[in-house]
Amino acid sequence: MSKIVFPAETLELVKKIIARYPEGKQKSALLPILHLAQAEWKWCSPEVMDYVASLLSISPIEVYEVASFYTMFHLEPVGEHVIEYCRTGPCCLMGGVEVYDHLKKRLKINTGETTKDGKFTIKEVECLAACGWGPVFQIREKYYMHLTKEKVDEIIDELSK
Amino acid sequence: MKILTEHIDVPNIDTIDVFMKNGGYSAVGKALKKMTPDEVTEEVKKSGLRGRGGAGFPVGMKWSFLAKPEGVPRYLVCNADESEPGTFKDHYLMWKSPHTLIEGMIVSSYALGANTSYIYVRGELMYVINILEKAIQEAYDKGLLGKNILGSGYDLDLFVQPGGGAYICGEETALLESLEGKRGNPRNKPPFPAVKGLWQCPTVVNNVESIAATSWIVNNGGDAYAAIGVGRSTGTKLISASGHIKKPGVYEIPLGITVEDFIYSDEWCGGIRDGHKLKAVVAGGSSVPILPAELILTTAAGEKRLMTYESLSDGGFATGTMLGSGGFVVMDETACIVHNTLTFAKFYHHESCGQCSPCREGTGWMDKVLHRIEHGQGRKEDIDLLVDVAKKIEGNTICPLGDAASWPVAAAIRHFRDEFEWHIEHPELATKPGAVFMRQGASWTK
Repeated sequence: MSKIVFPAETLELVKKIIARYPEGKQKSALLPILHLAQAEWKWCSPEVMDYVASLLSISPIEVYEVASFYTMFHLEPVGEHVIEYCRTGPCCLMGGVEVYDHLKKRLKINTGETTKDGKFTIKEVECLAACGWGPVFQIREKYYMHLTKEKVDEIIDELSK
Repeated sequence: MKILTEHIDVPNIDTIDVFMKNGGYSAVGKALKKMTPDEVTEEVKKSGLRGRGGAGFPVGMKWSFLAKPEGVPRYLVCNADESEPGTFKDHYLMWKSPHTLIEGMIVSSYALGANTSYIYVRGELMYVINILEKAIQEAYDKGLLGKNILGSGYDLDLFVQPGGGAYICGEETALLESLEGKRGNPRNKPPFPAVKGLWQCPTVVNNVESIAATSWIVNNGGDAYAAIGVGRSTGTKLISASGHIKKPGVYEIPLGITVEDFIYSDEWCGGIRDGHKLKAVVAGGSSVPILPAELILTTAAGEKRLMTYESLSDGGFATGTMLGSGGFVVMDETACIVHNTLTFAKFYHHESCGQCSPCREGTGWMDKVLHRIEHGQGRKEDIDLLVDVAKKIEGNTICPLGDAASWPVAAAIRHFRDEFEWHIEHPELATKPGAVFMRQGASWTK
């Protein structure tokens, strides 16, 4: 990994985000900036978190304790596409378990694992607030709704290209 | 009667021009130019609007608790951390019509005397955050946000804050901790946020739907809002309908329609999916007590149950439930109550922040015990053990997550004890794929 520094454009955005809060309360920018960091480097390595701490003039431990509390931040390397499926009640009622089992079989990995080619990681997550449109999974910002085994195959085919 | 979703299907209603053509932002002009902040609060009080996030606390009263010391900034924070299983109404409203929330934010911030406000959105909804930020920029460009809004002398800056994936941040003090860049551990109360909230300044935290309703109240008056609904359940409510119904989705209902109408009418859920029968409903998000078909449709006294705070809770937890967040999860006879209870218990186990021992340890035990019952390893004493653990969590934690975790387990056993017993007594049958307990003589097995 090359030196960890945001591109100039992102650094501008970081400045704007910090300006949303009163003077001295820049720590509030931690979650938004962790999201930017993860978008840039795919996961929150200790080096990335140290860099975020330096941007906000806070100690590294303040970043570690936050990044490890919130489930969206990956503390280990992940594949190119992280598939986060909702395992909570309503999605299960709509056949989620079968659909997600199919996904795991198709990719030959279990929850929390990454395919050998580094293309896909599967993660189990809690309710994604899309219960009426379940079963649901999310890949980055995009929600995939009303999933069926066939739909899962189509999505994986498309992303494998 | 639709207040929040009247124009939601108008093409491009997410753009400010279309929104304004449909009457949008008229409440901002009215409130800021013709009303004092106290007059706005007074209308909201008169409306009887109750917190739509789940607790149902009167919004106007919450506003009136806000401390107003000289020279100290006050904040309005919108709770858009919608994460309660079964609930997706705020997601829908912000995605389809972001300006509905922004208009409400301006009016409400004005009433509270806040000059900076935040919308805290769960981080998974990054695409909705982008929609909101675009809409906020449009509002700045039209002079509806920023300095001297519409020449009224009132200033307001509005920002969106992403969460990081934590149900607990829907609890208002955990949300404030999170907004300060910390772990989402709920605070001990008092002091309440109204006195010491964001950065120790007086703060009001309200749900998306509550804030969005305030613009209509400003435009039409609190009395007009209170005229909708029944008794202390005034106005309309967004209901997130999911599960085994013909038409899952978000519906805006006038409070007071019957549960039966809501489930079976074509205007709403359209009935149970073909060939199936209603078995149970979780009426207000995963944390409220599950009710079997006969008790959700009629109260223990034999009256038709209504979609109101009071009617749904009629009978207490013995025979009633709660309106909660309006996350309405419907189950037909194919649903296994043990499995569903396990999925909820796993959720609370995962989402407990770990601060209070009863919740941290208890949610783990309930998950573990339910897991073994579901997988054919249940023991006779497990059912009473679950009830006991649930009782020991309830009321013994800093925040309501403990209660939220214990109620669904206790209620499932209260109303479906025979189904748990069947799992324990007949593990060979219960663990067969697709096997579900059928109760002799129940309406859903006939």
